[in-house]
Amino acid sequence: MTSYVEVVALSLWLQTTRRLTPDHLLPFQQTALPREDSSMYHKEKSIQVKNSASALYNNLGVLRIAPRHLTYFTVVHANVVNMVSASWDGLNYSHRQLQSKEPNVATSTSLIMQAAFCPLPSRDLLVVTSQKGIQMYESDGSIMVYWHALDTPETPTAQAVFARGISAVRDSYICVGVSSGAILVFDVPSKGSNITLSEALKEHKESITDMAPECSGSQECIADLVSADDGGNLCVWKSGEDFQLLNSIPGFDMSCPSVKLWKGTVVAGYGTGQIRLYEAVTGILHAEINAHARWIYSLDIAPFSGLLLSAAEDSLVRVWHLTMTPETNSVEVIHLHNECVTDTQICGAKFCDGDGYAFAVTGYDLSEIIRYTQS
Amino acid sequence: MFGKDFMDELLKPQQLYSHRTMKTVLTRLAHASIMRLNPASMDRLYELMVMAFKYQVLLCPRPKDLLLITYNHIDTIREFVKDTPVVGNKVDETHRKIIETYSSLPEGEFQLLRQTLLIFFQDMHIRVSLFLKNQLQNPNGRFALSTSGPVPYGMDVPGLIRTFDRKGREVRRSEFPTGGSYTSPIRKGCFELHGDRVIRLGMNMYTVNHPEETHTSKAHSVKTDDTPNLLAKEELNLLARLMGSMKAEDMPKTQTGFQINLFPTDQEEGEEAETSSGAEEPLFGVINIQAMQDEQAATQLAQIVGQFAEGEEQPENLSSSKGDDLLAMMDDL
Repeated sequence: MTSYVEVVALSLWLQTTRRLTPDHLLPFQQTALPREDSSMYHKEKSIQVKNSASALYNNLGVLRIAPRHLTYFTVVHANVVNMVSASWDGLNYSHRQLQSKEPNVATSTSLIMQAAFCPLPSRDLLVVTSQKGIQMYESDGSIMVYWHALDTPETPTAQAVFARGISAVRDSYICVGVSSGAILVFDVPSKGSNITLSEALKEHKESITDMAPECSGSQECIADLVSADDGGNLCVWKSGEDFQLLNSIPGFDMSCPSVKLWKGTVVAGYGTGQIRLYEAVTGILHAEINAHARWIYSLDIAPFSGLLLSAAEDSLVRVWHLTMTPETNSVEVIHLHNECVTDTQICGAKFCDGDGYAFAVTGYDLSEIIRYTQS
Repeated sequence: MFGKDFMDELLKPQQLYSHRTMKTVLTRLAHASIMRLNPASMDRLYELMVMAFKYQVLLCPRPKDLLLITYNHIDTIREFVKDTPVVGNKVDETHRKIIETYSSLPEGEFQLLRQTLLIFFQDMHIRVSLFLKNQLQNPNGRFALSTSGPVPYGMDVPGLIRTFDRKGREVRRSEFPTGGSYTSPIRKGCFELHGDRVIRLGMNMYTVNHPEETHTSKAHSVKTDDTPNLLAKEELNLLARLMGSMKAEDMPKTQTGFQINLFPTDQEEGEEAETSSGAEEPLFGVINIQAMQDEQAATQLAQIVGQFAEGEEQPENLSSSKGDDLLAMMDDL
């Protein structure tokens, strides 16, 4: 039922943009043309956060806990992760703060680069990366189950040291990127804290910015993980006891702060404001969008519907739709919707559910999580 | 301030300063001459400096343009000290050092630098009357971000979707509504020692004001009231004169060619200055003051300053002792 309604909604929006209608998508013709696509989503009540969001890539974590009718959100502020647990009925909000510190060391805190949820079949973990190391918590932030220290030099060096880029991969891996370009692969047991460092993948030469797993749920996809770095280079991996590099897609000297992998397609957002879609395994460029007027800070995909969310420092969040045509191996992108968060440089944007029915946004210096829901 | 040791220390890789540390450094710099600000005025000056700096970093079009903003500052300083070649050389030397240290940094690392600076400015929303007046800042203290105008250099105007076939040929082109009105970038700014920086951030904010503004301030600047506000303005005038001629040997009667422009409209505004100062990058704690002075005030102050000139230490000694203080203080962190 949901997908039928979506097709109707999509077909309406297809008419509002000036481009060709993909024939394979529309089962029927439309005569009425809505003028604006501005009513696809509407703003909901924001969630207040204890601190404002820092200007960091992908600065919003979302985890949906369906059995408990809750959604967890995380927003990074300097050396603190603000966690909010929001009930679906909008009545209950509880807050928690996590600090980036080594266990048993009272004074040391360092700047946090990213906090992200890693959903695995057996458990969900919250991973926090900082200038000192990598912390892994139970998904509600209650207990830290693992700490990995980075090799930080005694005196600061010109090249900053930090961990950034977090992804759960397949059944039992969590991958974390490092400023040197290395990717640390951790083996995660189904419960307990016996997490171990399995290997370090050394392919990137520049700092890792973001990483993403294949999120379609399909077992047919060969590629399991894509990683991106500050030079815009993308690496596509197959997971296993030894991770295997399937493909390397070179960048063009421009950072790729955010990347996604869906149905074998890499969706990458760049500091040039461009979004590019590549076939992961071959590196073939499917599409290129001049999407934003400033650095893209966050991308997200709703895997069940193929909706794509992009957000940038230009104050805009855009919603797109991706269509894969397996027969021709082609990908189609259409633009659906814009939201302008006035006077805000957006730093995080994520869908709150797999269909893309709702999404949430954070911005630098804002102490709230702004939410939008489909009308 | 432009001494080699101080600059070398600033250019060392280091963590972000806290506000307390930054304020101490800037207070020392502000008092490096005979100027004295009471704590309230210094607080206000600090807030204004930080907000101006925040504005520049936030609105910086591309992360690498932080350098162009810095070079705008340096260009203005160079203009101030053009009659004093010794200082001018130091400024050039500093500029060269910055070029050497930062020119080859990739954009991604500049963005990290900028993100770290933005942590320093986080949650500061102090209203600055100049910004409010020019609608750069909203009444709630947040800066206005435009969704129109030229895109930064090297970027494409948003609005286009291009699709390719497997052989790399473009097969479809479509447009989408951007929700803004963007235009092509203007030309690239110059990252060399001299040249057109193109971007306006980092340039004197006061030069674009209407002449009426400066006339009002002129009337006030002459008075020797003992209200702290006006006295502080006189002190700033003095500082401006002194900064125009750094060496004690040069009598500060020489025409410095720059001016002080003060807004007396708001009691809480006090002095206003535009400066940039940094921790991880060497944007110095320089008070970039530009104002208009009438001739009477100039002569009067020159006389006052003349009386002090003999008592001053050699500027090299002065700056190195101050530098040592700052270095020592910084080492203590």
